[in-house]
Amino acid sequence: MKFDTPATTNPIDRGRVIGIPHDRIDGPAKVTGTAPYAYERHDAAPNAAYGWIVGSAIAKGRIGAIDLRAAEAAPGVLGIVTHQNAGPLGKGNFNTAHLLGGPQIEHYEQAVALVIADTLENARDAARLVRIDYAPEQGRFDLAAERDKGVPPPPGFGGPADTKTGDFEAGFAKAAVKIDQSYTTPDQSHAMMEPHATTAAWNGDKLTLWTSNQMIAWSVGEMAKTLKIPPENIRLVSPYIGGGFGAKLWVRADALLAALGSRMIGRPVKVAIARPQIPNNTVHRPATIQRIRIGADKQGVIDAIAHEVWSGDLPGGGAETAAQQTRLLYRGPNRLTTHRLSTLDLPEGNAMRAPGEAVGLLALEVAMDELAEACGVDPVELRIRNDVQYDPEAGPQRPFSSRKLIECLREGAERFGWNRRNPKPGQVRDGRWLVGMGVASAFRNNLVGKSGARIGVDAEGHVIVETDMTDIGTGSYTIIAQTAAEMMGVPLEAVTVRLGDSRFPVSAGSGGQWGANSSTAGVYAAAMALRAKLAEKAGFPADKALFEDGLIRLGNQSQPLATLAGREGLWAEDSMEFGDLDKRYAQATFGAHFCEVGVDIDTAEVRVRRMGGAFAAGRILNPKSARSQVIGAMTMGVGAALMEELSVDTRFGFFVNHDMAEYLVPVHADIPQQDVLFIDELDDKSSPMKAKGVGELGICGAGAAVANAIYNATGVRLRDYPLTIDKILAAQRVA
Amino acid sequence: MRPFTYSRAASVEEAAKTAATQGARFIAGGTNLLDLMKLQIETPTHLIDVNHLGLDRIEPTAEGGLKIGAMVRNTDLAADKTVRRDYAVLSRALLAGASGQLRNKATTGGNLLQRTRCPYFYDTRMPCNKRQPGSGCGAIKGMSRSLAILGTSDACIAQHPSDMAVALRLLDAQVDAVGADGGRRSIPIADFHLLPGETPHIENALKPGELITSVTLPKPLGGTHVYRKVRDRASYAFALVSVAAVFGKDGRSRFAFGGIGAKPWRTDAADAAAPSGAAAVAEAALSGARPTAQNAFKQQLTARTLASLYRQKGA
Amino acid sequence: MPEPLSRRGLLQGSAAAAVAIPVLGEAQAAAPGRPGRQKEQARMNAVGLTVNGREVHLQLDPRTTLLDALREHLHLTGTKKGCDHGQCGACTVIVEGRRINSCLTLAVMHEGDHVTTIEGLGTPEKLHPMQRAFITHDGYQCGYCTPGQICSAVAVLEEIEAGIPSHATEDLDRVAFSDSEVRERMSGNICRCAAYPNIVAAIREVAGEDKA
Repeated sequence: MKFDTPATTNPIDRGRVIGIPHDRIDGPAKVTGTAPYAYERHDAAPNAAYGWIVGSAIAKGRIGAIDLRAAEAAPGVLGIVTHQNAGPLGKGNFNTAHLLGGPQIEHYEQAVALVIADTLENARDAARLVRIDYAPEQGRFDLAAERDKGVPPPPGFGGPADTKTGDFEAGFAKAAVKIDQSYTTPDQSHAMMEPHATTAAWNGDKLTLWTSNQMIAWSVGEMAKTLKIPPENIRLVSPYIGGGFGAKLWVRADALLAALGSRMIGRPVKVAIARPQIPNNTVHRPATIQRIRIGADKQGVIDAIAHEVWSGDLPGGGAETAAQQTRLLYRGPNRLTTHRLSTLDLPEGNAMRAPGEAVGLLALEVAMDELAEACGVDPVELRIRNDVQYDPEAGPQRPFSSRKLIECLREGAERFGWNRRNPKPGQVRDGRWLVGMGVASAFRNNLVGKSGARIGVDAEGHVIVETDMTDIGTGSYTIIAQTAAEMMGVPLEAVTVRLGDSRFPVSAGSGGQWGANSSTAGVYAAAMALRAKLAEKAGFPADKALFEDGLIRLGNQSQPLATLAGREGLWAEDSMEFGDLDKRYAQATFGAHFCEVGVDIDTAEVRVRRMGGAFAAGRILNPKSARSQVIGAMTMGVGAALMEELSVDTRFGFFVNHDMAEYLVPVHADIPQQDVLFIDELDDKSSPMKAKGVGELGICGAGAAVANAIYNATGVRLRDYPLTIDKILAAQRVA
Repeated sequence: MRPFTYSRAASVEEAAKTAATQGARFIAGGTNLLDLMKLQIETPTHLIDVNHLGLDRIEPTAEGGLKIGAMVRNTDLAADKTVRRDYAVLSRALLAGASGQLRNKATTGGNLLQRTRCPYFYDTRMPCNKRQPGSGCGAIKGMSRSLAILGTSDACIAQHPSDMAVALRLLDAQVDAVGADGGRRSIPIADFHLLPGETPHIENALKPGELITSVTLPKPLGGTHVYRKVRDRASYAFALVSVAAVFGKDGRSRFAFGGIGAKPWRTDAADAAAPSGAAAVAEAALSGARPTAQNAFKQQLTARTLASLYRQKGA
Repeated sequence: MPEPLSRRGLLQGSAAAAVAIPVLGEAQAAAPGRPGRQKEQARMNAVGLTVNGREVHLQLDPRTTLLDALREHLHLTGTKKGCDHGQCGACTVIVEGRRINSCLTLAVMHEGDHVTTIEGLGTPEKLHPMQRAFITHDGYQCGYCTPGQICSAVAVLEEIEAGIPSHATEDLDRVAFSDSEVRERMSGNICRCAAYPNIVAAIREVAGEDKA
């Protein structure tokens, strides 16, 4: 099915199951620990041996010699994979560095060997006996030092490197009010709770990988390319994924080495990347340096806006496209955005939840707060004044498909009690706390992707959906079941959803918050095909038939789906393909974050007291899980604002704090009340679901609201994230 | 984790005797030792389980103090009625540390032996004089934000990570131990932890095989007990700075500090400065500080934390 | 060029110098003639546990943690390995009535102990009230930290009931349920999906404190 004209009324609009809050259908499996994750497939691959990864001890250079004798002689060792015996390997399109290093070393902790043994204890111990001689080379590890060598990156998901509209320099020069500030954001770690993990087994030349992966079809292709085998010989199974946030968009070393190890020893092998290895072995969100200039009139109406971004990555890598939102969020005829990419020999930078916007808004939305103050305009009102209902780079001929930023700001402010904010910083005390409020706009692009599904009804009238879509905590199981239930007119309990298997039709997968809208649209397409088949069997015209209560109905005639399906059941498969509506219309999701913080008057400890937000993201398919997505992302925004930072040792070229004791993410005690309001919205240009993504919107701007609240509480303006105690104290000393 | 053999000691004397053999280590709660063994920072060849020796009691002493068995879990020590009433700073310090799960396992004796959280100590590919004497210090010119500013040396700037030990230092606890020869002695807490000097790998005054059997507190000090821990998140994180204090009714007070020292930090001068206020205490406590550019803020933060305590005391 | 450190001086100084990096623990371990390095299996220890009411007897490498004994030997994979270093709480189980991190304790140390895991609390057909409440309040997303959160939550309510204080307790002698008590006590269970307020709501309901 092709989606190339705006949706009209369709079965989803009935809204009996879709749009209603539902408990997750995968809930009972998750809360009882019976949902199987990748390292737990005793059922599918009994007798799996244990692989342990050896990571490089240098950041850049070459392996001179490898001595495996001691390791091979260690108890229980079954085999050791290195570049010397792995055979010729390719590299996936999405991997920047090789998943198995050697002889060239591209980054610290790059996998250089896999030790396989009969037990985890033996594998882990023997891994320490692998002796590797390295010839190190000088690397580049300091973004600030390499910044001026940056070049325009190749265009990717974030669009072109640079955009220019009007004449920024001229507009900025004559502006009555000018903001010109630089901001930095550090490298960040996804830190999902389940480490990257894979169980691999070969049957002849057929490989099965039970793995933890967001993108099944991509990753089949990537593994095929890396192993140099046909993709049809690879099966990927990933029904449960313990979080990903982008880290598991790609095939990582666990999958490749489990496959190589299993081939070597002729037995299933399982590999998890050890937690202390993850930050340096896998991917991270790259650090940025950002400069923002805004020229406005005295009322705060923007005339010129520029956002320049510098980031770094390994050779062949990509940029952090942190100026993305600045191309679309606010008005102004004179515009400039640039991205520059420097070569760094740190571990591989890549996508983490809302790549681009998550860190871009940490800068832009603080700059807007600074503009509001400079103009003496309320920060909520400032954003409303600068709303624009079309793509400001393309002009009015490219309107937004739907854009309710103003509603989010107004209703969010009302609900939060924004009018109680004292605009003058440092004025509100509550015991030992200085209290402040901050606001920030939320913006995240709405991406869509082709997505397929297979749907069947059996002799009991039970509906089954199969798609290689993944559920990384996003609630895919449930919204897909809701979609199928709505389309087929059966209760939610009558739907079984099977996900995350490359034997199922190819879906859009989970990433870039495109998954929910795209994958349910794919189910919609398949369901339309099944409805047509059932109608034909019933002898009803498909466009007139109603599907409800397990029946197909026409006027006062009806037949049970179960009967029509018969003993064999009836199946249909289709996919949703998206036309150019996302070119003709700018499509994005919007919101407004509000945050109240307390800052200790002496110690500068920051405590978030409450958060609230209003969000417009099209139809909210399951308000219950969507709310959870948003509050979870808001919390990740708190982490970005207050604590998350991979610290770079620029001498050795690695992230020093590479475990969860040192890389801090928010805990229960950091997170108080969080209030989420979804603004009613249907986006008929996004898909027949009239939904948009919501999984990443919540992080976008959340950290800036925290930063702005700290400013309002203390009068201290910080522009280098995370906003830790030491920085607040230093700024207070200067102030 | 290197292979090792495991035994359960039947008596304190047997445990101490066995421990004198090469490569043997006691295991109590295991929350720090096993963490380090997995990374091969600790590589014992024999583990002696000392969890079943009856060292888990809290008893009053003839002197009016309290004897805390070495195997008393952090949770139980913090919750003990006498400790809550008479040594509240110890309860507070314990409860500020780690997580509920860890406190349920971690022991009084083990906590005293907790090793540093310096990230260079934790990565065995990095130089670290504490882990591998003579290999250098990665931290001094590296990421040192969390590390010590007091009691450090050119060989090591690792911070002592314990909260409990800071309170014990404040309370003038004694560490009771039994040696391989069965001999018993008590070590004042002030002398228990050693400064790194040229030998940062030697962290305490215990002799090989010596087993901590209890910690003895002198009779209660009275006064107002506080423990204030400042960290990068609200819970489950190590201290940037912590201050344990007992404010006496007579204006005499005492202070001990965590997060800033190579060992739990306390000075007579700081205690003596108490009547002069927070700034004077801070100045006295921080005398001789050798911060790096990254952790120099801990001086100001120490002063601010003291100011906070004084403010609350006055409130 | 950073100032070279003693060991890395060589490393940084000359790209041509081939340096054996594992100079620390590894070098020691690889020294010839070191005992215990022959190709033989580690000595096994017999361990008897009662897991979820069922007595089990295992032959285990003394290095096997309680977590790996559960997951790899008993195939009770409901208990999760998030960090294996006591930094996340995903492995939380209840041993002898107390919640602990099963990754930081050796199975062999638990001879005779009673262990309750998520599988022992309830099943999909017969959910524990805390499991039911987690579903009702959407107290999870990816599900990986969830068993640990639930085991912890069950134990937290018992800790509050038993009067065990926490960092959030204002008066050490008056321990009572509150949201801030729950947040502090649950802080050893990290949820990166961050279902935190929903988890607190679930616990509040089970505690009978739900004002809604």
